[in-house]
Amino acid sequence: MLELQGIAVSPGVAIGRALVFDREGYRITRCLVAVGEDEREWGRLVDAVKQAYDKLENSRQSTTAQLGERLGNIFSAQQQILHDPHLQSELESLIRTKTYSAEYAVSEVFTKYASAFRKATSTFLSERAADIRDVERLLLEGLTGQPTATLKQLPHEAIVVSHDLTPGETAAFDREKVLGICTEAGGPGGHTAIVARGMEIPAVVGVGNFLHNIRSGDEVIVDGHLGRIIVSPDEATRDHYMQRRRFRQSIATQLEEIRDLPACTSDGVRIELMANVEFPNEALSCIARGADGVGLYRTEFLYLGHDQEPTEEEHYQAYAQVVRDMQNRPVVIRTLDLGADKMGMTMPAEPENNPFLGLRSIRLSLRNPALFRIQVRAILRAACLGDVRIMFPMITTLDELRSARFLLRSVSEDLASEGKHIQCAVQVGMMVEVPAAVLMLDRFIDEIDFVSIGTNDLTQYTLAVDRSNDSVADLYQACDPAVLRLIQRTQQIASEKKKSTSVCGEMSNNPAYALLLAGMGIRTLSLAPAAIPILKKAIRSVTIGQCEAMAWRALRLSTAREVDAFVMNQLAGLVPEIVLQA
Amino acid sequence: MRPADKLVRAAAGFQCQIELERAGQIADCRSILSLLTLGATQGSELVLRAQGPDADEAIRVIRLMFDQQFDELNVEQST
Repeated sequence: MLELQGIAVSPGVAIGRALVFDREGYRITRCLVAVGEDEREWGRLVDAVKQAYDKLENSRQSTTAQLGERLGNIFSAQQQILHDPHLQSELESLIRTKTYSAEYAVSEVFTKYASAFRKATSTFLSERAADIRDVERLLLEGLTGQPTATLKQLPHEAIVVSHDLTPGETAAFDREKVLGICTEAGGPGGHTAIVARGMEIPAVVGVGNFLHNIRSGDEVIVDGHLGRIIVSPDEATRDHYMQRRRFRQSIATQLEEIRDLPACTSDGVRIELMANVEFPNEALSCIARGADGVGLYRTEFLYLGHDQEPTEEEHYQAYAQVVRDMQNRPVVIRTLDLGADKMGMTMPAEPENNPFLGLRSIRLSLRNPALFRIQVRAILRAACLGDVRIMFPMITTLDELRSARFLLRSVSEDLASEGKHIQCAVQVGMMVEVPAAVLMLDRFIDEIDFVSIGTNDLTQYTLAVDRSNDSVADLYQACDPAVLRLIQRTQQIASEKKKSTSVCGEMSNNPAYALLLAGMGIRTLSLAPAAIPILKKAIRSVTIGQCEAMAWRALRLSTAREVDAFVMNQLAGLVPEIVLQA
Repeated sequence: MRPADKLVRAAAGFQCQIELERAGQIADCRSILSLLTLGATQGSELVLRAQGPDADEAIRVIRLMFDQQFDELNVEQST
């Protein structure tokens, strides 16, 4: 059993067989051939060996000619590996007596040698593992005829394991087949994270190098709550996760019964449960989960994985679909919240030392008004179809808010002068994600209709911690008392002016934190659609007084750990049926 | 890697079975993987054994290769 820690980017737990895509994208599945086919398999392998040998001979000669004999001889050693009698007899035995496919036999034998070499104490030897992998790759390319099998056509249900996934690969995912995702690279804001969340596929990214320890066919558990990957779990671990799965299934029926009931505390206080969505087609799953609306429509998917800027029409269609599907429920559309590095098309991004403190989000939009206007035009046009609200991300200064509003007004005048029918009374909100915005909120509040607290970024900016950095990730705690105080202050200032405050970070996904937020006076929570039913159950099981008592105590604690232990304990006492007892 | 490569090529020229032993582990000199798996580095103590019709000649040639440090062992190890 091998346990690895990464960054949890999409909640849920998946248990299944790994399908490993390496950097070049080929995959090897465990595969046996019919008895009697072994002669044909062996023949395929012999051909592949000959082909690989010739390729190496070409490389050896051309490298020797250009760079000298010493470097050319690297290939000569690889040829030796290819013709190694021990290797050959092991391959032959797997194919002939165990009916392995040629590919599977190659993958099995080479992995064994590569791993033995990697473990060697001598660096000279451990580096030879790369030579072995090179030879393996050549053989497999010869056997499969082409180096890639795409994610578009997975042969069976699997957990996709890869160094990283390109936007094109993630966009082509088959939701029916991809049970879970784990990647060596990637961070919380990357496209893999975004797509996985949108498709509700449990995902862990940023695991670091581990592909050499896993092969297609290995059993894997992806724990998208804790950011954990378990390869070849032992029985106790598998049982633990299976028990959790059964537990979730057992409460699913109870949750189904309350789907169409409002999220009210038992003493009648209504909490609005809105959904965070990434893609237009998620609106229907929001309705199915009993969401009161869309509290955060992220629009980044429009910009990811495309060579060109999205057109106004593409924006409009994406928004219109959600607004129509939500049938007059409110839809809060957040304008572009990407870093310049993610937008490869028209803006040549200067490399930044601190992207999180750099040109991103509203700053990037304001710097590129032509682009920003296209998005705002589409939002205003979609607003004719239902209850659409616009929200600006990462507002730090009043000037930014005013510039954004100015552009909004100017776009709406343009549309009016073109004779386009537009909705004039679109509500405008700002995201509170930067401590400066909380400190100055009393000056912002008269110029906006609502605020939404993005706890992910607020936590990062308050505690000065990059949660994708392993060395400091444990500091990243949304329940840190400093973050709670900022949330409390935001809620107080907004409610004095009768403006609504919602919380749309991942914090809302956790029922214990959600009840805490309700106790602090928050009446709108926006969360992953999949997390809505269980939170509704929690809210319907408590009184607002119980939440307030919980908040009163929690706000008097001094460390994140104390707060976390306290609220989890409270949840177990108040709503025991949704907490799995260890 | 290069010495192992040369050793395999040399061993292939003989009919006899040639083995290298290091700390109880035995490698077949015809198999580069088996040689590499020995994990022998410069200074490792090795026992050379050969069995077959041309065994004496094989021992002589391979000993010589080791004595001459495979021509450029030092260069090789630094690459």
